[in-house]
Amino acid sequence: MKLINLIVKVWRQENETSSGSFQTLKSGPISTDMSFLEMLDVLNEKLAKVGKEPIAFDHDCREGICGMCGAVVNGHAHGPENETTLCQLHMRHFNDGDTLVIEPFRARAFKVVKDLVVDRSALDSIIAEGGYVSVNTGGAPDGNAVPIPQDTAEQALDASACIGCGACVAACPNASAMLFVGAKVSQYALLPQGQPESARRALDMVRKMDESGFGNCGNERECEAACPKGISIRNIARLNREFIKAAIISYEK
Amino acid sequence: MGWIKQIITTSIGKKSVMAVTGTGLIIFLFFHLVGNSMIFLGRDMFNAYAENLHRLDFAVKVFEIGLLILFLIHILFATLLFIENLGSRPQRYAVKKDTRRTWGSKTMPYTGATILVFLVVHLINFHFTDSNLTLSELVRSVLTQPYYAALYIICLLALALHISHGIWSLCQTLGINQPKYNKLLESGARSLSIAVGAVFILIPLLALFYSNFLL
Repeated sequence: MKLINLIVKVWRQENETSSGSFQTLKSGPISTDMSFLEMLDVLNEKLAKVGKEPIAFDHDCREGICGMCGAVVNGHAHGPENETTLCQLHMRHFNDGDTLVIEPFRARAFKVVKDLVVDRSALDSIIAEGGYVSVNTGGAPDGNAVPIPQDTAEQALDASACIGCGACVAACPNASAMLFVGAKVSQYALLPQGQPESARRALDMVRKMDESGFGNCGNERECEAACPKGISIRNIARLNREFIKAAIISYEK
Repeated sequence: MGWIKQIITTSIGKKSVMAVTGTGLIIFLFFHLVGNSMIFLGRDMFNAYAENLHRLDFAVKVFEIGLLILFLIHILFATLLFIENLGSRPQRYAVKKDTRRTWGSKTMPYTGATILVFLVVHLINFHFTDSNLTLSELVRSVLTQPYYAALYIICLLALALHISHGIWSLCQTLGINQPKYNKLLESGARSLSIAVGAVFILIPLLALFYSNFLL
């Protein structure tokens, strides 16, 4: 088992209103087989033993599918590995003696709750505006009764891979949520079940996104590089099409 | 009319206005480039082009007003987006690494501001001038001055950088993004911005270093 020692500069912030600052800690020996969150667990145990406040961070499934974890490590949301959530980032990607700078996802729409924990309920409120199908679709149709080309189904599935972690917002120079909203609008826009409400959905979700304090997309592509699920900015283009279509062609206001 | 205001004040609405006015400005730029290229065919050709163009007195006026409106809308919305985006992340990152941003996309507001300054200088030099010189003499008189030539070259580089992101970006904003043509779109946007920059910059370079230019 390979062990590495790291210097950890981690953001500590008491609560939403306090100002916060970096705390520098020595990690002690860390197994390279550990995940990033396990490394933080080790640090926290050490802090707890000496009666200090552990580092607060969000986590749940720890298998990269729930979207709960996330922090900016050395300038990259979810750390430097491609298509990897923070919980699936392993310490073998770091070298002995490395300095890790760990910050919470930062955006006006994401308030820091404590240390690395941020309030991402702004994303939930966007979903509440239209990230669902509410028309009565009747009983479950027979298999293949609703014709959808395989290619289209794949694209919808790719969009639906979004776990809503907020890394796209964290990585965006303008803290825009367009990749998130793009994925959520696309997964319905591509399928027949999403059609009846598509115009209303695009208009409402975009309006809620703007109200929630996210910035404007600058087509910088940083979001798709940070996305742990590899969601493409094609979904942003589709959102733009859906929105423009809804605004100009549909009867919805 | 309420719905128009509602649409235009959303983020995608504002971006679409940028994209549409940007398209108009790029089309203008293309025609300006073709017109300016007459300069490489010699003094007589260039002056004839200018005279013939200004014979279309009324049409020129209409286009000038249209262009002014496009510029004003583009600048107004750019300023609005820039100010809004400044406030989108009140607490900045201590460490932030770029991955896919380009020089063009990163500098959009600054190259845009440079183009605005250039526009004013350029109009003072060539439009709001009451000299009786022919166009070729006017070009010589301005661009053989090293300071002006240098200013033009710097600003035209900023213009090339601005449209290197702008052309692709306006397509993305208007929803034009499909794998079947994305490579073509990206390389096309890049080559077009390089070509536009190169041809425009050739003019002050020739004026500066080739003494027989336009004689």
